[in-house]
This record gives sequence, structure tokens and C-alpha cells, in this order.
Amino acid sequence: MTAITVTVNGKQHHSEVEPRTLLVHYLREHLNLTGTHIGCDTSQCGACVVHVNGESVKSCTMLAVQADGANVTTIEGLAHNGQLHPVQEGFWEKHGLQCGYCTTGFIMAAADLLQKNPHPTDDEIRHGMEGNLCRCTGYENIVRAIRYASEKMAAK
Amino acid sequence: MTAETTLKPRMVGQAIKRREDPQLITGRGNYVDDIKLTGMTHAAILRSPYAHANIKSIDTSKAAAHPGVVAVFTGADMLDINPLPYAWQAAGVPNNANGPRALAHEAVHFVGEGVAVVIAEDRYIARDALDLIEVDYEPLDVVVDAEEATQPGAVQLHENAPNNIVFEWQCGDKAKADDAMAKADMIVKERIINQRLIPTPMETRGCIGHYNGGTDEYTLWMTSQAPHVHKLVLAAFVMGIPEHKIRCIAPNVGGAFGAKIFMYSDYPLVLWASKRIGRPVKYMEDRSENYKQTTHGRDHITDVELGVMKDGKVVGMRVHTYANMGAYLSTASGGIPTTLYGRIITGVYDIPAAHCLVKGVYTNTAMVDAYRGAGRPEASYMIERMMDRAAVELNMDPADIRRKNFIQPDQFPYHNAVGLLPYDSGNYEPALDRALEMAGYANFRQQQAEARKQGKYLGLGISSYVEICGVAPTAWVMSEGWGAGLWESANVKVQLTGKVTVFTGTMPHGQGVETTFAQIVADELGVGYDDVDIKYGDTANTPMGYGTYGSRSLVVGGSAMKKSLDKIKEKAKRIAAHLLEANPADMEFADGKAFVKGSPDRAKTIAEIAAAAAVGANLPPGEEPFLDATSYYDPPNCTFPFGTHICIVEVDPDTGRVDLKRYIAVDDCGPQINPLIVEGQIHGGIAQGLAQAMYERAVYDENGQLISGTLMDYAIPTAAMVPHIETDYTVTPSPANPLGVKGAGEAGTIASAQAVMNAVIDALAPFGVKHMQMPATPENVWKTIHSK
Repeated sequence: MTAITVTVNGKQHHSEVEPRTLLVHYLREHLNLTGTHIGCDTSQCGACVVHVNGESVKSCTMLAVQADGANVTTIEGLAHNGQLHPVQEGFWEKHGLQCGYCTTGFIMAAADLLQKNPHPTDDEIRHGMEGNLCRCTGYENIVRAIRYASEKMAAK
Repeated sequence: MTAETTLKPRMVGQAIKRREDPQLITGRGNYVDDIKLTGMTHAAILRSPYAHANIKSIDTSKAAAHPGVVAVFTGADMLDINPLPYAWQAAGVPNNANGPRALAHEAVHFVGEGVAVVIAEDRYIARDALDLIEVDYEPLDVVVDAEEATQPGAVQLHENAPNNIVFEWQCGDKAKADDAMAKADMIVKERIINQRLIPTPMETRGCIGHYNGGTDEYTLWMTSQAPHVHKLVLAAFVMGIPEHKIRCIAPNVGGAFGAKIFMYSDYPLVLWASKRIGRPVKYMEDRSENYKQTTHGRDHITDVELGVMKDGKVVGMRVHTYANMGAYLSTASGGIPTTLYGRIITGVYDIPAAHCLVKGVYTNTAMVDAYRGAGRPEASYMIERMMDRAAVELNMDPADIRRKNFIQPDQFPYHNAVGLLPYDSGNYEPALDRALEMAGYANFRQQQAEARKQGKYLGLGISSYVEICGVAPTAWVMSEGWGAGLWESANVKVQLTGKVTVFTGTMPHGQGVETTFAQIVADELGVGYDDVDIKYGDTANTPMGYGTYGSRSLVVGGSAMKKSLDKIKEKAKRIAAHLLEANPADMEFADGKAFVKGSPDRAKTIAEIAAAAAVGANLPPGEEPFLDATSYYDPPNCTFPFGTHICIVEVDPDTGRVDLKRYIAVDDCGPQINPLIVEGQIHGGIAQGLAQAMYERAVYDENGQLISGTLMDYAIPTAAMVPHIETDYTVTPSPANPLGVKGAGEAGTIASAQAVMNAVIDALAPFGVKHMQMPATPENVWKTIHSK
């Protein structure tokens, strides 16, 4: 077992983990943050995307011990004071989700995309989200959702 | 009636955003793998690396001794669990049926079949211990192709299925079809392969079994589209548990597309194991397991002939299909390539004579069952490809040949030549016209000709489709081989405080049923939309229903709810009449009030009536307290949504790359309760059909190894691989249910593959290409061009 200290959604956690524990399992099983999902075993689907030190990361590609000392944001920590993040709002407004399973990963990845490129074209959104898979929406409304968020953030 | 028709719709028809979403966008959904129970253990399943082998011995001793392992079991331990049943067999013919066991016993028939289970304190330990199990296999010959499996000398999978044939089923009139073909001016033939696909909901399948020794009750949390059906089948067929001692709960389900309808080995396994070890047992597939053992879709090899006259009239059709069923017969698999395929091969066309012969075949592959569209995409792809094929031979415009053969509006209800229930209603030409208009078809051929001169290969593909939705009438589906009912149910309660709770037997998993059902309730009862709650998924508190698939939740389940709402309004009128000292026959119900006809001021609100009913102190003689109603609805017919989709592509002949330039969808699913949700269903359906045309293919090698066994190898499209989708609608209500709705869940998938392939093949016409098989990958397109 290895001792780690990870700040997740602003709260510091001291944990003992097996060195092989994946970050996604640490978040889900140890911290009960089950909004981060697992959809594959080859790092294709992006259902597990979280932010580590402000960057989007597939949490199945990282060990919990590698997050020692890091600042992690999961979907549970994205809204502030009950105010949805514009990307969350966009997914709701534009029907950017159906079953909701991929959604949390999409929202985390899209929030990072908009940090780096606040005014993406539709094409840039589609390419920017290539690390995430959705089987329900056909992506049309996901693109609209992210565009909505981009416009909303620009208006602020 | 007059009061109801003057009721102003406030919610129905509005594109309101979904009430399901707030929990899902904030990470507060509750999927099976999110559930933890006290004392819960974790199961991992050792899966066969061979596609066909005898199991000579299994040594689990090292695994059992591994620290943290609670128990290890093999198939020999659980012979008291029956093989999984086949609830839908091909009708009217022998079915040489075989179902898988909870774990294989003595032999395995496909790669991924479970042979042993480790139950441990956590999932890492369980997986570690799998490596310590030693299995001695005797490998046998393998067959993966359905046609090859029927040939002399092919290895036999099951003793009761000579030549690996599960069934030979046919529909239509062969003599009449033969006669029509003999008289046709021309016969157009093609071999059409509808490749195997993997449904791939983003959440894999999983379950938690919990046996309570104190009450002798079993509870199963599961990724299910049909918890009541799972409960029934587990109780009555698989485990022999008394039905009142088992409860199935489907929490949030992360997509399904058909694959979560069926009975799978792990469901009885975790219940059985929980009873054995006295603790809850969770099993969650990883994606590789999902690909190997959860059902696949399609996999048809079809020889089709169309008899055509010189003027473009199609007079006859003959179809011969090998349907790959996989290694065993899955729960509903017998009905997919028969009723839901063979009986709709003639599509939207008035083809007077047709015959379809389907051979269901065992192979050493994963079981094949319903995948979004289920039979109808295979049928629609085939007929729409063939209409284009015939148009090319006749040098006819593909829109014109469709128009020439469409079933006409005055022909409904329409009986086709292959014995389907009558098509309920339809008007196919306006949808085609609208799609052509959106595509700019009037100018397209000229643009295409000019582009070709510049070495650019544009193609346009048309797909006019019809499908079978709201799959129900129980007597009909039973006559077609399904072993139970397909009616739906709803219990509606107006609580003392006027809030409404609906318990539906359907099992939404992304379709937005909570939103659409609440919209209907708000309008029907005149209550606030936010005062309505829709509950589903737990067999302990919802009425029996058959679940969500076949685009049937709104059509059948919504109609059951409508029936309950009507009963509630009737009861409300009786109670209000009593309270107002009026004649019950003089009462009307509208805008949330029961009132005396002609005196709208003499009224009681639904909340007042609900309170009076719930208290029960002042009710009409003989009237029971409480304002609630339960209904079971079995419709008189299926519904038949239709439409036309058009795809425009550009193909680069040097690389074989297909650029999806435009995708246009004009659909008719009847009146829409929530257009936002309908559009989402259409988008998602299109992406799946388009992905079959462009990217996806489940591939087994000659040893039965699944080559496309992970998301690294199986090409689920990303956002960059799906084009912008343009949508529009026509509205033709269904006479088959009180809402007039037709269903929208599968339309996109049923329509889209052939729109794309017709476009690709149209683009390749200058190279002499008349047909190519899916998917239109660059390699496949390049080879097709260069084989000419």
C-alpha cells in the first residue's frame, strides 16, 4: 500500500492505495465519486475524463499514485455554488445527452477544450472531442451544446 | 369528447428540455456499477480462449487459495441452473434450439464463453485469481461463417442441429413469386451482406445479485431494458425461484440498443453465487468481455432477386438469407431474422409477389439478437439497395423508380405480400419530395456531371423506408413465435395533495420517457408538469410490462398510461358530480377541472377531487377511495413509421476515402410529444446506421477469435466521423393507438445505412460499380474501384 494525498474537488484526501490502483477506481471506489464512468478498457471512450491540475485526463490511463499531490476536479466538482458550468447547462439546453453515461466525460473534456479554445468552430469541436465516444446522440446535439457553452462564456 | 378536444395542449408538442438531465450532467446518476452493498463481493469470469473445445478438466485449487478470494465455481457446480431459454423461436417450423448455461459445462462454443467464476473481496483480486485457474481444453474445428456452417463437412456445434441449422423459415407465396419472376421483363440479382455489428452501449452490462436468507428473497440490480421480463424468465425458466421471491431493479441504464433486453449467463450466476456465499455479488463486464459475450447484431448473407418491368414496376421479389445466430439461440433471436425481417422485405413498395426463405445457423461466434432496428435495417437495406440496382439497369432515376412503386395513400391499411400485419397508415411521397427538395435534387445531377469532369466523384443516395414499431399485439406476436405478451401497463396515482405519480412497466434508458410521459399527464389532467413524477425500473413497485425496445415505450406504454388517465378523469367526474350534487352524465373534464356541462363555474379541480377521493369521507355510493387507475394496453396493430433519408458523398478514387458531405432526414413518426427528444432519437439512430455503412464490422478470424475485440479495433464513430444532420418531418397519425404516435427510436438506424451506400455506389458509377458490400472503408472502396 502507498500513502497518497490528493485534492479532489477542493477537498484534501489522505489515502492508502495499492500502487496499481487506477485513478478512476480510486475516485469511484475509494472516494465514492461515481460520476466518473468506465466505458472501455483501452482508453478509447473518454467516459472517465477528469481534470488533473486543470488539464483533462482519462482517469483510466493514470494511476492513483501518479495523482499524489495533484488537484483533481471531477464532474461532481464542476458546478460552483449550485450554478451549473456553462457546458453542463449547454448539454441540458441542447439535449446533448440521452443515457447520460458518456456525458460526464464529455462535459469534462469540453470544459477543457473551451479553456484552450474559447471560440471553436463546429469542426474544431468535433475534432476536439475525438477522445470521447457517445453512442446515443450522433454528436449533433453535443456539438450544439458545446457551441452554446462557448457563446454563453463569451457573453460573460 | 368535446371537452377533451377543446383542451388546449400546453405541454404536448413542446420541445422542452429533459427532466432526466440534471442528475446526469452533475454526476449524480445511479448506474449499476455505482451501487455498493454492505458485504458486497466482486465476481470475475474466466472466459474460453477457444471458439470450440471440449473442457477436459478445470483446476481451481490455486485460485481458491489466493488471499482475498471468497469462492471459485465452475459450470459443474451450477447444473441446477437451467440453460437460458429462447423466448422467441421462428414460428411454425422446428427450432433446433440450444441455450447457454450459466457457465459452460463440458464444452465451449465461442470465444468468451464463461468457464469459471472467481468471487473475491475486490475486483482486482478477482481478476488476479483468474490467472491461477488451469483449464485443459481439447480444441475442436471451428466455423464462423453462416453459409459455410451449413455445407457438408462443416463442424457440428450441437447434436440436435444437423448442418448447424437452427430453423428454416419462410414467408410469402413461393409459387406466386416464381410466376411473377418468370413474367418480369428483367431480373436483377445481388448478393448482399449485412455485416455483423456490436451494439456497444457506452455502459457495458453488469449486475448485483443479493440473496436474503432471512426472507428467502432474491434481488437483482441489473443493466436491463426489461426488468419484468428478466424477473419472469429467471423465476419461471432459469432458476425455478417462485416469482414473488425475486425482484429485479434497473437503475440508470447507460444505453442498450437491444443488447440489454436478453437473458445472460451472469444474471442467474450472481444470484446463485450470492445464495451460496451469503453475500451480495457484483459482476461488471469490461469492454472486451462485452464484445465477446454480449449479443451482436445483423450478420446476414442474402441472395436477392427483383423482378422488374421495363417501366420500372417491380412485380416480384425472391430472397434467400443465411442468418448467423451465433453459438446458441439468444432470448429473442428467433424472431429477428424472421418476423422482423422477412415480413417487411418489400419495404414501402407495392410488390404483389414475394417470397423469403431464412436459414438460421449456428456458428462459433457470440450470439446474435436484436440490435437497434433488429431485422428491419437488414430488410430496408436490401430493398433500398435493390431499388437503386434496378434503377441503374433500367437507366431510371432512383427517385422515379421509388415513386412508381410506392404504396399509395388510399391503399392503407395495406397488406403486403409477405404476411405482415396491415401497415397502419402512410403517405410516402411527401417525405420523399421534401427530402429531395432539401437536397437540392433538381440541380444535383447536373452538379454531379460537372464535378465528374473535374475528377470529383459526387454521389447521392436515397433511402425510403418503413419500419415496424410499437411491436405488440400479443396474439400476433405469439402467432409469430414470441412466448409471452407484449402489452404494456401503467398505474397513475393522483395523490392527496394533487401531485401525480405514474408507474410504468416500460424501462427507459435514454429515451426521455420521464419527460414525454409527464408532458402528456400535465395536459390530460391539467396539472403542473412539475407536479408529475414518472417511476420505472423496479419490479417491486411498477406494474408488469415488457420493457423498452422496438420503439414501443410511448406507442404501447404511453397508450396504457393514456387509458389510465382516461379512467382517472371518469372517476374524477363521478366524484365531482357527487360533491356538486350534479348528474354524473352532465359532467365534463377539461383544463384540470370536472365541471357541469354548460356551467363551467360549477366545478371541482383535480386537486380538490383527489383530496376528496384520498380522504374518502364523502364519495358517491359504491365508489372506492383514492384517485388512481391501472391499465394494461394491448394495441390492435403495430405502427409503421416511414420517411426518406438522403446522403450526399464525395469519393476520392485515389485513396478510396468517402467524405460525408450532407445528411438529410425526413421522418414521419406521427404526432410528436417532444420534438427535441424525437430529433435526438433520429440523430442517434442515423449515426448508428451510418456507422454500419462507413466504419463498423465485427470480424472473427478462421479460428473464431474476435479480431475487432476492443474499442481500439471496432470503429465506433467519433464526432469527427459523423456529419451534420439536417432533419424535417411529415406527420401521419397512426390509427392504432389513442395517441396517434408511431415511435422514433429505431427509424434513423433503419433508414441510414442504405442512404450512405447508395450515395457511395452512385459516386462510383463511372467506374462501373453497381454494388459493394459495407462498410465503405477507404480500403474497401479503393479495392472495389480497382477490381473493375
